[in-house]
Amino acid sequence: MAYFLQQLINGLTLGAIYGLIAIGYTMVYGIIGMINFAHGEIYMIGAFVGLIGLLALGAVGIASVPLMLVLVILGAMTIAGLYGWTIERLIYRPLRSAPRLAPLISALGLSIALQQYVQLTQGGRVKTLAPMMQGGFVLMRGGDGFAVSLNFLQIFVFLLTIVLMTGLTLLIQRTALGRAQRAVAADPTMAALCGVDVDRTISVTFVIGAALAAVAGVMVVLYYGVIDFRLGFLAGLKAFTAAVLGGVGSLPGAVLGGLVLGLVESFWSGYADAAYKDVAAYAILVLVLVVRPSGLLGRPEIEKV
Amino acid sequence: MALPAVGAAMLEIENVSAAYGPVRALDGVNLNVGMGEIVTLIGANGAGKTTLLMTICGRPSAKAGRIKLKGQDITALPTHRIAALGVAHAPEGRHIFARMSVRENLQLGATLAAPANFARNLDRVLTLFPRLAERIDQRGGTLSGGEQQMVAIGRALMAEPDLLLLDEPSLGLAPLVVRQIFAAIGQINRERGTSILLVEQNAHHALALAHRGYVLVAGEIALEGKAADLAVNPQVRDAYLGG
Repeated sequence: MAYFLQQLINGLTLGAIYGLIAIGYTMVYGIIGMINFAHGEIYMIGAFVGLIGLLALGAVGIASVPLMLVLVILGAMTIAGLYGWTIERLIYRPLRSAPRLAPLISALGLSIALQQYVQLTQGGRVKTLAPMMQGGFVLMRGGDGFAVSLNFLQIFVFLLTIVLMTGLTLLIQRTALGRAQRAVAADPTMAALCGVDVDRTISVTFVIGAALAAVAGVMVVLYYGVIDFRLGFLAGLKAFTAAVLGGVGSLPGAVLGGLVLGLVESFWSGYADAAYKDVAAYAILVLVLVVRPSGLLGRPEIEKV
Repeated sequence: MALPAVGAAMLEIENVSAAYGPVRALDGVNLNVGMGEIVTLIGANGAGKTTLLMTICGRPSAKAGRIKLKGQDITALPTHRIAALGVAHAPEGRHIFARMSVRENLQLGATLAAPANFARNLDRVLTLFPRLAERIDQRGGTLSGGEQQMVAIGRALMAEPDLLLLDEPSLGLAPLVVRQIFAAIGQINRERGTSILLVEQNAHHALALAHRGYVLVAGEIALEGKAADLAVNPQVRDAYLGG
């Protein structure tokens, strides 16, 4: 029981991080119907900015951990947001009316280019960060002396994910910007006729997705303390899987997909062979898609005319 | 704001040609809409009526010729900039945002209007179409065709347009609903002084409502004149009014 609880906590933490990245995939897909395969690299860049920021703040003598976190998260969101904006503006916008394969291939190429760029500028070796947020609670002890711990960092990851998700949901459902995003997703021509600046709305969507991926990147630096330039590839693939699992285009679906994926990996690693955790994760994806092709919370493509 | 004098030009379309890819849809079209005027554009299916309205909105932009709104050249502007200058369009097929409520559809129409005027404009639309007040929180996709047309026109009105473009507002609606819609269009024009360019296959209703009319045949203006004259023109009667 204790061991189970520990895997649950670990899985939810990992899942929250996947969910934050998956939102970027699902939002961009929702608004322009394109899978932005360079999104994983934005997350990786967010992680690097986070690491550099934490080390830099430490070097100038800022010792307050909450202050460091706030500054680093905002900084990473800003820089990743700029990357997201630039990528959309320079690469995807000119290809928006091109055949669907063109932006997809460009995204893959961009993904490689960004990886190489980080490798060249930051070096290829693994970067590490000493644990910053130590301590936590011991929730219970199993009969065999196994202690279930919930550390401060896990609590922080959960809370921040909940806050960001709530904020994003309110933004999409209640604000003029969110309404414009939904309108552009549903019918870009009609949105433009209503006076919505479609290009700007798509840009903002990229910026939001990139900023959330950067938060996930900072979380990973803090949580695992080890990153390198390849970080984005597998995490991007996992988050993409989470988005598809939850129903691509659905925001709650992205988070749910992330959590399911995180839990599957965590429990598989805990009870079976950790080397096969990706096999388990993708097997779940295949099973879900066989039963529900539009994902857990996705809606079938039916439009009433 | 004082209403401008009737007769000054709201919309001037000069020698406009447009094409979808290689298919030429409009060929040297000239058309004017005066301030406070209702002008109807009639023509058969495929004559280019919808294309002309969309070309005014910059989707697609005109391949040749000029389009001016209140004297300002809007030919090459992007769609949302044209909307910002006072053009609102209730397009063919209504294009309601099906998953959004009626209220959200109307809010989208008000994207460019002053937020301070929102309550007043909403009130006007709901007075014009009381059915929408009953349906305000219902999803657009669940409404009847007539109600969707009311949303489409109401959404356009929320922008406080100077020029209202209406594409086949009567299409697929029951005769009683068509009369309601046409009565509302006349009311918008009388009460607000809004200039209206109305595309219709239902030439009978359209000519009864409009001040002037144009007949579009295969992408070119074949006839133009006062609506009352067009309504008794033998060619128009034969081709569009069922003899």
